[in-house]
Amino acid sequence: MFNPTDPIVTKRMSFEDSYTLSRFLATGGYEGLKKALSMSREQVQEEVMKASLLGRGGAGFPAGRKWSMLRKAPTSYLVVNGDESEPATFKDHLLIEKDPHQLIEGTIIAAYALGVTQAFIFVRGEFALGFERLTAACNEAYAHNAVGKNIFGSDFSVDLVIHPGAGAYICGEETSLIESLEGKRGYPRIKPPYFPAVMGLYNEPTVVNNVETMSNLPWILQHGGDAFAALGQGSSTGTRLFALSGRVKRPGWYELEMSKTTFRDLIYDKNLGQGIIGDKKIKAFIPGGVSAPWFFEEHLDMGLDQDAVAKAGSMLGSGSVVVMDETTCVVRASWRITKFFHRESCGQCTPCREGSGWLEKILRRIEEGSGRIEDLDLLMDVCDSIAPGVSWPPQQTTICVLGPSIPSSIASAIRNCRDEFLEHIKLGHCPFEKDHILAGAHS
Amino acid sequence: MTEKDNYLAKILERKQPSDDGGFSEEGLERAKALISLYPKKRSALIPLCHLAQGEHGWLTERSMEEIAELLEISVAEVSGTASFYDMLHLEPVGNYVISVCTNIACMLGGAYELLESIEERLGISVGQTTLDMQFTLEEAECLGACDTAPCLQVNSRFFGNLDAVAFDKLVTDLASGALAGVVPPHGVLSRVQRVFSLMSGEQGEAAASNTDETLGQK
Ligand SMILES: Cc1cc2nc3c(=O)[nH]c(=O)nc-3n(C[C@H](O)[C@H](O)[C@H](O)COP(=O)(O)O)c2cc1C
Ligand code: SF4
Ligand code: FES
Repeated sequence: MFNPTDPIVTKRMSFEDSYTLSRFLATGGYEGLKKALSMSREQVQEEVMKASLLGRGGAGFPAGRKWSMLRKAPTSYLVVNGDESEPATFKDHLLIEKDPHQLIEGTIIAAYALGVTQAFIFVRGEFALGFERLTAACNEAYAHNAVGKNIFGSDFSVDLVIHPGAGAYICGEETSLIESLEGKRGYPRIKPPYFPAVMGLYNEPTVVNNVETMSNLPWILQHGGDAFAALGQGSSTGTRLFALSGRVKRPGWYELEMSKTTFRDLIYDKNLGQGIIGDKKIKAFIPGGVSAPWFFEEHLDMGLDQDAVAKAGSMLGSGSVVVMDETTCVVRASWRITKFFHRESCGQCTPCREGSGWLEKILRRIEEGSGRIEDLDLLMDVCDSIAPGVSWPPQQTTICVLGPSIPSSIASAIRNCRDEFLEHIKLGHCPFEKDHILAGAHS
Repeated sequence: MTEKDNYLAKILERKQPSDDGGFSEEGLERAKALISLYPKKRSALIPLCHLAQGEHGWLTERSMEEIAELLEISVAEVSGTASFYDMLHLEPVGNYVISVCTNIACMLGGAYELLESIEERLGISVGQTTLDMQFTLEEAECLGACDTAPCLQVNSRFFGNLDAVAFDKLVTDLASGALAGVVPPHGVLSRVQRVFSLMSGEQGEAAASNTDETLGQK
């Protein structure tokens, strides 16, 4: 397992003043950027390619490859995605609030490698403290000549704008984020033609990368892409920041070496999750944000590895693991996830907008005890209308991937916990305690 | 005056503020500085909405008109965009907007039970504002602090690991002003000002100091 004393992106988190420039400089800050500026653009790209750094925003596309697609077209803008709102994900929140300079350093390294002169960091509006700290850090970085004109005496200049969101999950989707950054409603754009790399911000070629992806760059430049690639296994290189929540004794963030740590370690190890509250049995867990199909006991010994998880029919996604134990009602859990999607659907596509609403209503009536036996088929039928075949990865008939993500949790819950759904229907009420709260209904 | 009359008077006061509801002089300066940061004006729309909301607590009609003028777009484009976003309020809200997360991790940690006790404590349901215009209650989606479930935000500041007793104390502290330094009034996104700009070619006097006490919490 990765030695937790040797982290890549969380090394300053134990300091009270981790967000200040003085602490940053005292702990190797901006050294990666200086190194980058002493190299050519191509060399910097090459290091990131060697690291085979996978994007940390959910889709897991290698950052080096994304950048190389833009080699021919001069990139116009770099946009860093700090909209983090995938339920149960709280890693970028940490990176923005506790180590804003590391994020700025990574962003400027990427801007240099891409040759852009204008970069943006889009911060989820609810992260008010993080936004303020990042803005203050940006001012400090300008004063320190780490951003702005002729950075550290080089001939490279780039302007950085810290941009606030205003509360909308969908703005995490990169084309929606671009619309939002243009001052519009966050409606995802149709791809093609609106691939960000081709027609992104202001219809110019744009690279969108996640906050954690950027935060890894200072280390990669300082220690080399090979050192990064030496950690982990196969295509899952380096470390990753996992967010553990739900029915565990010690929820929190853990930076772990990819592949080498298993879900069982993460949930049960005494230095990590410490097991389930009340030492109950595990029922299910979500391996990578609520858009991912659920995993069950038999998956516990799988490594935290992008390919392994994909092969088993789910995704490591945003790196957030939610644990449900034997006291958790799966109907209620899948209802709540569906309610989230219904609320956050931007409404452009009928299957997503309408389908999410129907699923929410049906799940709710099962949970409240008015379900019918036919409801299980009906649920799968609606799932099928949203993502034909209800397979993994899901088929997409909508403008963005939010739509086809909706059936994931429901389908895996029904397929694996059918008896629990049937019990609700037969009993005419939820077999678990606390179900009365739902009847009071805040929706 | 009955409590209800009082409430209506307060709503009216917020709807028709004595200063016409537009930007203050300082606000207008900051609005122009924000616009200058972007390659295209309209990109400043959301930052300007946050700025306006910071001055009045919600997006007054006058401030939307001013934003439209500044960005050279129609008022409908401003309100039509603003209405898409949960954080932008097109109606007056209480001094403290309490957003309770009930998403999966918080729900597993008892968020609905917490929400129920909050409704009881404040005497309002989700979506409502207390008669003294102090508290507005919202049900939020995941706030990105799931390791402190169940959690909530007050004016975008985090409070986690809560139960009914802890919430009762929170309300008492908010009402008494004990948390004034921690929970700023509505305009939480506009306190730190950007002082440097490459685009406008000017370098600010000095970086806004990062020793700002308010940034040290948590
Ligand atoms: C509905 C939806 C929500 C998303 N939310 C986020 C998010 O909050 N943060 C993020 O970095 N990426 C999010 N993504 C992925 C982005 O579209 C994009 O792939 C990512 O920012 C690219 O960065 P990366 O290559 O560094 O991972 C989301 C995608 C979808 C479809
Ligand atoms: S799939 Fe849903 S969220 Fe995505 S564009 Fe269509 S309606 Fe909007
Ligand atoms: S689920 Fe409540 S903060 Fe994430």
